[in-house]
Amino acid sequence: MHRTVKRTLLSLVGSLALLAISFAAGAQDKVARTPDGKPDLNGIWQALTSANWNLEAHNAEAGPVPSMGALGSIPGGLGVVEGGRIPYKPDALKKRADNKAHWLERDPLAKCFLPGVPRATYLPFPFQIVQEPQTLLLTYEFDAANRIVYFNRPNSQSQVDSWMGYNLGHWEGDTLVIETTGQMEETWFDSAGNFHGPTMKVQERYTPAGANALMYEATITDPEVFTRPWKISMPLYRRLDKNVQLVDFKCVEFVEELLYGKYRKGVAK
Amino acid sequence: MNRLATQKVLLNSLLIGVAVPVLATAAFAAEPGKSSKYVAPKTEYGQPDLRGVWNFSSDTPLERPAHFKDREFMTPEEAARVHRQIEERSAAADQAARAPASASRDPGGYNQFWVESLAQQTNLRTSLIIDPPDGRMPPFQPGIKIEAGGLGPDTGGERPVRFRVGGVRKDGPEDRGLSERCLAGFNSGPPFMPSMYNNNVQIFQSKNTVVIMTEMIHDARVVKLDNRPPLDPAIEQWSGDSRGRYDGDTLVVETRNFTNETQSFRAAGTGTTLHLVERFTRVGKDRVNYQFTIDDPATFTKPVTVLVPMVRADGELFEYACHEGNYGMKNMLSGARQEEREAVGKK
Repeated sequence: MHRTVKRTLLSLVGSLALLAISFAAGAQDKVARTPDGKPDLNGIWQALTSANWNLEAHNAEAGPVPSMGALGSIPGGLGVVEGGRIPYKPDALKKRADNKAHWLERDPLAKCFLPGVPRATYLPFPFQIVQEPQTLLLTYEFDAANRIVYFNRPNSQSQVDSWMGYNLGHWEGDTLVIETTGQMEETWFDSAGNFHGPTMKVQERYTPAGANALMYEATITDPEVFTRPWKISMPLYRRLDKNVQLVDFKCVEFVEELLYGKYRKGVAK
Repeated sequence: MNRLATQKVLLNSLLIGVAVPVLATAAFAAEPGKSSKYVAPKTEYGQPDLRGVWNFSSDTPLERPAHFKDREFMTPEEAARVHRQIEERSAAADQAARAPASASRDPGGYNQFWVESLAQQTNLRTSLIIDPPDGRMPPFQPGIKIEAGGLGPDTGGERPVRFRVGGVRKDGPEDRGLSERCLAGFNSGPPFMPSMYNNNVQIFQSKNTVVIMTEMIHDARVVKLDNRPPLDPAIEQWSGDSRGRYDGDTLVVETRNFTNETQSFRAAGTGTTLHLVERFTRVGKDRVNYQFTIDDPATFTKPVTVLVPMVRADGELFEYACHEGNYGMKNMLSGARQEEREAVGKK
């Protein structure tokens, strides 16, 4: 009897150990959950894509500042737009080409203006999600941009336009859905002149793909500029660097010469 | 104040003004945190729940006025009298602003509709400083210079300009204060301090992270709760680097790694030597006590502790897109160049 108990205990310990090993192996893919059962999206995430240069497929090319050489050159990319091309109306397509021809003087990011949605997501900078049951904060390293996402005020409307928009969230299963309206007309999608109008709506979907990745989709609806809604998608990766944290990229200081240099004493004519 | 800078900010302030009743006057017990048996609600992680938008407007002076001598608290009657005086001053200021403007006169800025001149709930304390016990700033260390700007004429002085409002001259953007350059809010700190308007902060809490987000300058300061090692001293940041822990019902936040481009506190010192300790304690359904200690022996002969009561706000934070609408900077600089041209023409 005594021996039987001992043997049973031993085998129980053995199977627990096996269970622990298999649990550890699977833990990489297991989506963490908050106490209310939602996917736990807390953490620091980043896109790895050249979408910020151009949402559509594009070749690598020399950058605009010759002294920067290869450091300032533009990487190519396969594009992130479903179907390959953004469905512009004819006049809007001309404006996009004009924007591209005047990229440096017009790209709002060059002036350190808040990047808007969805561009903030795929800048070459990390962002952090801080998740509460009724509210979620997206805080971006670039320009200290941030968005407060409200879960508890469905169907409410933006009271004033803003650069990072009015953000309403809800969950569809394990997918975080954010509807963004009320964005300033001035933001762009990328550095290729892709733009939108003042009544754009963006629907973003963040779906966990294992513990350390999110599948990101954004659907753009703006009948003033596009013939139909269109979609981009890309993965977002959890930053696994030890002790990773956001650090300042408050770029306002870096663009004062660009914006105000011509008004300096001794420079202004 | 960047008066001309942001039409958007004006609009934002308007909305906050509507959302938040500015003249609530329900009097508080002198120190509810100490006397009441209040137990803070908890988040789903068992932490004291500090979530939401809080307003830290105040009509209590930082330093105790001399006539209160060693009195820490006013009577409710004295507080009511102070309130009446503030309201009368505000009404008089608005009356003066209604006088027709002339070409030569300053067109003025905000009327009292914008201004948070009274606390949301009466604070009977005679000063925001609670330590030193006399409610006054301790002496500066020898050789520490006061560098302060203001809404009046430029003050002269050297770069870097570490103060927030006003400027030293108008030769270039670097001659202006940090809030005119949209690099820091005039009340955003850290530590954040009651000022003219937009005295709003939202606190976010998740398991390992707290975010302290002031409306001014859309600064979301991320507080790490996971006992990570200190940040490399080579990293210097506008809002420092914040680490936190819960001590009972109090969130304790310690911040270092401030940049040399800001001041320590009270128009003196630099961020480099500042060690800031903040304590957020939920002391009532609608109130959090924000208490902070300036620990900077290079600048001050003693630590300074300040207590700012915060009251729950029903409104939301609006986006303070200061830089995007900073027409004020261009106008100030190009106006100064025009004045120089006119001065040459007169010679």
